[in-house]
Amino acid sequence: MNFEEYAAKPILAEVGIGVPKSILCMTPEAVARAAEEIGACVIKAQVPTGKRGKAGGIQLADSANQAKAHAENIIGMEINDYVVEKVLVEAQSTIIREFYAAILNNPVTKGPVVMFSTEGGMDIEEIAASRPEKLKQASIDVRYGLSLEQARGLVANLELSGANDAIADILIKLYEVYIQNDAELLEVNPLILSGSGALEALDCKFVLDDSAIKRQPDLVAKGTPDKLTELEQLGQQHGIKYIELDGDVVVLANGAGLTMTTMDVVRHYGGKPANFCEIGGEAYTKGKAALEMVLAKPGIKSVVVNFCGAFARCDVMMGGLLEAWVSLKPEIPIFFSIAGTGDKEAIIMLKETLNLDPLPNMDAACKAAVLAAEAGEL
Amino acid sequence: MHICRKEHAVVVQGITGKQGTFWTERMQDYGTNVIGGVNPKKAGTQHCRVPVYGSVVDAAKESLIDATVMFIPPLGVKAATLDAIEAGTKLIVCLTEHVPVQDVMYFMAAAREADVTIIGPNTAGTVTVGECFLGFMPAFNARIFRPGNVGVISRSGSLATLMCQNITDTGLGIRAFLGIGGDPIIGTTTLEALRALDNFEGVEAVAMVGEIGGAMEEEAAEYAETMLKPVVAFIAGGAAPEGKKMGHAGAIVMGDKGSYASKKLALESVGVNVLDTPMQVGEALRKRLAPKVA
Repeated sequence: MNFEEYAAKPILAEVGIGVPKSILCMTPEAVARAAEEIGACVIKAQVPTGKRGKAGGIQLADSANQAKAHAENIIGMEINDYVVEKVLVEAQSTIIREFYAAILNNPVTKGPVVMFSTEGGMDIEEIAASRPEKLKQASIDVRYGLSLEQARGLVANLELSGANDAIADILIKLYEVYIQNDAELLEVNPLILSGSGALEALDCKFVLDDSAIKRQPDLVAKGTPDKLTELEQLGQQHGIKYIELDGDVVVLANGAGLTMTTMDVVRHYGGKPANFCEIGGEAYTKGKAALEMVLAKPGIKSVVVNFCGAFARCDVMMGGLLEAWVSLKPEIPIFFSIAGTGDKEAIIMLKETLNLDPLPNMDAACKAAVLAAEAGEL
Repeated sequence: MHICRKEHAVVVQGITGKQGTFWTERMQDYGTNVIGGVNPKKAGTQHCRVPVYGSVVDAAKESLIDATVMFIPPLGVKAATLDAIEAGTKLIVCLTEHVPVQDVMYFMAAAREADVTIIGPNTAGTVTVGECFLGFMPAFNARIFRPGNVGVISRSGSLATLMCQNITDTGLGIRAFLGIGGDPIIGTTTLEALRALDNFEGVEAVAMVGEIGGAMEEEAAEYAETMLKPVVAFIAGGAAPEGKKMGHAGAIVMGDKGSYASKKLALESVGVNVLDTPMQVGEALRKRLAPKVA
């Protein structure tokens, strides 16, 4: 789960990391009032995506009128498919130096890594590619955390205008935020040395580990929910993984890998998947809700069902699916591939209820669904 | 890493739950040497014909334990894994999905220090065909797991089931299956699983089922280049849009990172056949395993 700047910065402030004074606003009028209070300020679009500055979503203002004028432009603007609804009005800072600091999970070391660079304000990928020598990294054993010695060691040989110890202290505080809040990414870019000699986080990116949502209930309320279509929201309510795509061949399978593969095979035979929908794992009892959902998408032309039971039993998934089919009576061609735990029973149920036989394997079922979708277009 | 054998003593953590019970019975029927289970609230009782202990550490006081497999909810996994490590277990199979990543990193660090193999989290488990299985794979289904000489690695259980059936349908059979899990941070990587199967007696070829996200397949490709045994692969997610988690937390493409194209290129450049559909895997293996005619 992503946290936008306005939600992430207060988390930093809680542990004593400096952040500029700011007010979150939804209207140009509110922005004018905030600018009145703050003085010289920056108007920053709040959207869960990068490159806000390049898109014109960050503007400086020296007066309330100017702030209001910028807000009128920024609110309603579209940045990477997100419409700006909120802006942060933040006090301007005098920037002497810009640094980069981050903590993230590293799948290679299987632990957190702390990163620091003197080249703040740039993309980290850019720094890593163009000036790798400017990027300092330390792998952390999560059992012991980041020690002061480690943090000091990381920045020891850098020229940091005398702020080395203060920066080491900030890294320790960032690590505290990372651990306390189950972050999978915590990035401050830029971390600035201001005219007054203080260190301030000018922007912050915080991503909460989705698997930790259950033990971070207070935090979740401040995050930005994923941008979902109506059907995707319905899927989330049902506990079914559903992703809407732009094709017309409905895909329903169990297990993430099998569902992705069914999409791949549909595409291999020249078709376009209408969705990703999987009812594996604990969701295998949700065949009814899943079928109702996948059939609700407009413009679909055929359905391929690919069950390969292990933990998820084919007969249970088929039972739910048939229940929905019988009550909806949809007029759309449907093709099945059925194997694994509970397959025999599922095949009998399919024959008895719809008088259909499964195809011999998933390739045959996907191919038939693609052909049926093409025939439906003529 | 360690691969489970029929003589290995196994403890089931969370044995008394519905899934724990169902799959323990199947593991026992298949031949897994289950010597006990754990549930702190039912210590001292019997379940599935074996004693229930308060912890793996307690179980280890009575006998040597080689492996554990756990049916434990996400927030209990860290403590369960640390218990198994403390008890001196050498192999831990963690099936649970949605374990907080910082918990995973914590027990992974402890496991590394104690030289313990962790498989998972978020896996369907492992099968050593004709000997034992740990987890919830349909090992007992002869249409899917016929004994043979192919080693199978997969990040996905359902897809592996389909793939094993295809291999069996072709007339070949499986020696061992290693389900490594669909999370971004896992104990045993594709590379480690590939190396273990390469060195496992009876494995003559390897089928690798990868998926988009991360760089594990690219890493494994470097090792595949050094192998004498043939390797074939299928990578799931070629049709997946960028920036969306496709069911598995680890299955996400960001920019070029984790893309299908990158994995396919890395594998094909070292002579691994990357197939368009899983239904072509058995046939590709059969061709690669056929004795070469001079």
